[in-house]
Amino acid sequence: MASQTVIRESHGDRLFLFGIYLFLTVIFLIVLVPLLYIFSSSFSSPQAVISGKVWLFPVDFTLEGYKAVFRNPQILTGYANSLFYAIVGTFVNVVLTVMLAYPLSKKTFYGRQFVMLLLVVTMLFDGGLIPYYLLVKDLHLLDTRWAMILPGAIAVFQVIVARTFFQTTIPDELSEAAELDGCSDIRFITSIVLPLSKPIIAVMTLMYAVGHWNAYFDALIFLRSAELFPLQIVLRNILILNTIDPSMVSNVDQMLAQQGLKDLLKYSLIVVASAPVLMIYPFVQKHFVKGVMIGSLKG
Amino acid sequence: MSSMQAAPGASGAWRKVKRHWQLYLVILLPVVYLIVFKYIPMAGIVIAFKDYNVIKGIWGSPWAGTRYFSQFFDSPNFWLYMKNTLGISLYGLLIGFPAPILLALALNEIRNGLFKKSVQLVTYAPYFISTVIMVSILIVTLSPNVGIISKLFALLGVENTNFMGIPSLFKSIYVWSDAWQFTGYGAIIYIAALAGVNPELYESARVDGASRFQKILNIDIPSLIPVSVILLILNLGNVMKLGFEKIYLMQNPLNLSTSEVISTYVYKVGLLGSSFSFSAAIGFFNSVINLILLVTVNYIAKKLSSTSLW
Repeated sequence: MASQTVIRESHGDRLFLFGIYLFLTVIFLIVLVPLLYIFSSSFSSPQAVISGKVWLFPVDFTLEGYKAVFRNPQILTGYANSLFYAIVGTFVNVVLTVMLAYPLSKKTFYGRQFVMLLLVVTMLFDGGLIPYYLLVKDLHLLDTRWAMILPGAIAVFQVIVARTFFQTTIPDELSEAAELDGCSDIRFITSIVLPLSKPIIAVMTLMYAVGHWNAYFDALIFLRSAELFPLQIVLRNILILNTIDPSMVSNVDQMLAQQGLKDLLKYSLIVVASAPVLMIYPFVQKHFVKGVMIGSLKG
Repeated sequence: MSSMQAAPGASGAWRKVKRHWQLYLVILLPVVYLIVFKYIPMAGIVIAFKDYNVIKGIWGSPWAGTRYFSQFFDSPNFWLYMKNTLGISLYGLLIGFPAPILLALALNEIRNGLFKKSVQLVTYAPYFISTVIMVSILIVTLSPNVGIISKLFALLGVENTNFMGIPSLFKSIYVWSDAWQFTGYGAIIYIAALAGVNPELYESARVDGASRFQKILNIDIPSLIPVSVILLILNLGNVMKLGFEKIYLMQNPLNLSTSEVISTYVYKVGLLGSSFSFSAAIGFFNSVINLILLVTVNYIAKKLSSTSLW
């Protein structure tokens, strides 16, 4: 902050700054080391992982774990399903969120306080799990792909963020001028509002997509058929409930080696499942931070 | 509602609606969504006061009064689940609320450069890890003998411990792994608030010979108060809404005495055990407590610091 000062920093200040660097380094390592350990373990031989030789770098490099992951039909189906839910679900999310947020950002929209109230109440109170489940059941959405898309189609937080964005970036004069020129509201949205709102739409898309990719609760309560399961449910079965299809661990006779491959597969699976999100993350980090900040303007 | 608003100039209101009829067309679908997926379940809460029968449906089933509520309050586990829910929530708040503030204050002292960028990049990253993966990471790293954290403890002489199976450790594992995952992300908002501090304040503090620590104490921390009060209200208002997802995944038969919370109990009794009305009554109780908390905390914050949600 005061880096360009001419006055030299006091000893106390320099010691303090050193303490801060030390503190941040420790935090940095605490977060990084477990991630690195999992990444390295996924490329190491099962024996090296079990005997504790792996710390930060792969030992006895191997791709066996990854081969086992990609041999598994459940994982592949889950991957495909998750991609479907993330793409279709995010599209529905973004369209509905904009459709709700834009009218709410217009002062000329009569009844906007009422719709805002309708929206805010849902943040304060909800019916709980059972009525939610029974609704989806009564709509005959149980065990269908729609159950993964419709119930969570709008996130109130995203509506408020988008509304704040529209209010601050699209001046009323602009829509009034367009109106005088005979431009309809819908045409104004598609040809003026949307192009001007690319940053917020990018952020929203990212947040919704990550949400879909990582979600497992709706799938847990609404889906029964294995062919509809998203990746997270498959992960839960393999990683947490420990149910591995024996056919996955082929050509290994010894019990120990089998156990080893089973553990190795867990590390590889964690990497494969997190890869899509973590790979795009550094590129969108800036947008993501911006989205959080817009949201905080008027929470 | 709308007729009341329209009272002063009904024809004027109608003119506004007519002029912007397309906006109403646009908002129709999302409003229908809100009514169907948010408000119908709210009305569906009556199931808590009924003897739910699948064939008769929510509305056709006979009334049960508050029987299911008393059944829950009288059950021996009521206080245990309350204690677990509040215990995990408040412990989580105690760690999870100040941690991002500390990180933001520390990062704010550092010049923009590779080190600062790396710390930010790495600490935000775990936010994107799914709950299933997070719990899997906990299970693998804590597994006896094999996991890296177990190995670290083995160096300290604590060997062959099944950390996930020890009831007294459940809360700490939950809370500290949450801190590991969300501190970086939580700091973003505070970093933004600190970036908005008027540079003249630092300038005059420097002229006055203030130390770094004094600047943090007298400039940085006061400038974070409005944001942190809002976040604290939101967090306290969600104390009873303790997340189902992570706890459910972290549960195992050994740690249930400290890991069973209201949301996991609602799921097990209701959807796995098919006691819809009983489960809905517990869920309703939970929502009401939550609402009361939110309103109370907001009221107190308004009185004390004039910062509030509404």
